Amino acid sequence: MEAVQEHELTGWRKWFAGIGDQCVFFTSFLRNIFAGDFEWSEFVRQCYEIGYRSMMLVGITSFIMGAVLILQLRPSLVSFGEESMLPTTLAVSLIREIGPVITALICSGKIASSIGAELGSMKVTEQIDAMEVSGASPLQYLVVTRILAVTCMVPLLTIIGDVIGLIGGFIALNITDSISYILYFHKCVAAIDFSDFLPAFVKTIFFGFAIGFVGCYKGYNSNKGTESVGIAANSAVVTASLWVFVIDAIAVQITSILFYK
Amino acid sequence: MEEVKEHKARAKASKKEVVIAIKGLKKSFGKKEVLKDINLEVHTGENVVVLGKSGEGKSVTIECIVGMLIPDGGSLKVFGDEVADMNAEELKKLRMKIGFLFQSGALYDSMTVRENLEFPLTRVLKLKDEREIQERINEVLEGVGLLDAVDKLPSDLSGGMRKRIGLARTLIIKPQIMLYDEPTTGLDPITSREISELILSMQKKYKTTSIIITHDMECARITADRIMIMNDGKYIAEGTFEALQKSKDQIVKEFFKDIS
Repeated sequence: MEAVQEHELTGWRKWFAGIGDQCVFFTSFLRNIFAGDFEWSEFVRQCYEIGYRSMMLVGITSFIMGAVLILQLRPSLVSFGEESMLPTTLAVSLIREIGPVITALICSGKIASSIGAELGSMKVTEQIDAMEVSGASPLQYLVVTRILAVTCMVPLLTIIGDVIGLIGGFIALNITDSISYILYFHKCVAAIDFSDFLPAFVKTIFFGFAIGFVGCYKGYNSNKGTESVGIAANSAVVTASLWVFVIDAIAVQITSILFYK
Repeated sequence: MEEVKEHKARAKASKKEVVIAIKGLKKSFGKKEVLKDINLEVHTGENVVVLGKSGEGKSVTIECIVGMLIPDGGSLKVFGDEVADMNAEELKKLRMKIGFLFQSGALYDSMTVRENLEFPLTRVLKLKDEREIQERINEVLEGVGLLDAVDKLPSDLSGGMRKRIGLARTLIIKPQIMLYDEPTTGLDPITSREISELILSMQKKYKTTSIIITHDMECARITADRIMIMNDGKYIAEGTFEALQKSKDQIVKEFFKDIS
């Protein structure tokens, strides 16, 4: 039924209607956070589903990313005679940019799509309607818990990914060179400033929120046909990935102004 | 059959107050006018069956009753209060008095049967007492004859079992009104009949007022005190199953032509 109304809107009107819908969804989310009776058990379950179950994927990808970065950086730094800068360069690039962005993109693919598909299929099978007509709040149970869980888990996954990425770099470095893990990690830690870690950590919170919000919005507002589940999952991944880059661009500008004048 | 006749006689015998009053209800989706002029009064303890072809907008009426859809015109009062004028809190209170059985059963598929039944108790009625929760779960599961399915997931249940659990989940909050959206669709004739008889026995047990949306004539025959026939956005005929069976109206006759 909603689809009939939606098809009436085209072009800019549809785009503005979409923006309006997202604003309403956002205010409903905020209202439901403070509405009382927070669903702690569902929140913890979502943290487990989203965080723990994504750890392996993030870990493997970060490990490979750390190793590949070392292998790619090495020839350039060797030509400058700056081989000893490899751990420092890897640590800074991984902590500041590559770790958060790669983790967020993996989470966009895995988490936003699964939330979009899950809520989309709940919509198709009338489970969300059933919750609503029973007098329970589907926003509080399904949306608030998922968005907050992703917002909490993406920063944690990024930290874990960064550490595993550094381990990957250490192993790759030891394939061609020989460096003790004490020296390697000492160089990595010494290279990281508060101004490297804090902005990167803060932006992962925004990445997490964007991924959770987009996944929930796309799934919760999908149409009632079965194909809309696929559309919800797909558009959740695309939109969340896009938002990761937009937030990253904004975060870099703010960080530059605040920390690297 | 005796049970059905006795129930109908009992419903007719008593003058009851109006629980749902609908006057001139209109609802459109885009340019498609689905409800044109719906008028209906449902009395306490009454089972009203709405018959109509698929896509006629039968479900739209009950979706308006629970405030899922906002009518474009007309009046829709439940327990004397206009649904369209209710704020979120009033609507929530109203929904606590109404049970809505969806066509698919709409069980939460990530939860076991027990968790499905606990959900409205802990989230809507805010019950905390574990013993009371367990007693209510046992009571409704016993009612629908599926006590041993308590720890199963919806994916482990058959279509008929899912409908029964869906019915149990709506009845667990002891609603005053039950709205059934095509409760027998997609079921074999034997299971359909079982579900229809279950609806009737649950209605007797919990003394609910019901609107049953269906195009299953056997379901209508078993459950209806009164039948409304919907065509082109309006109710074109009203009466008991037996009375409508004798109708000379061509559209009404179409519904009853396969009934012996």
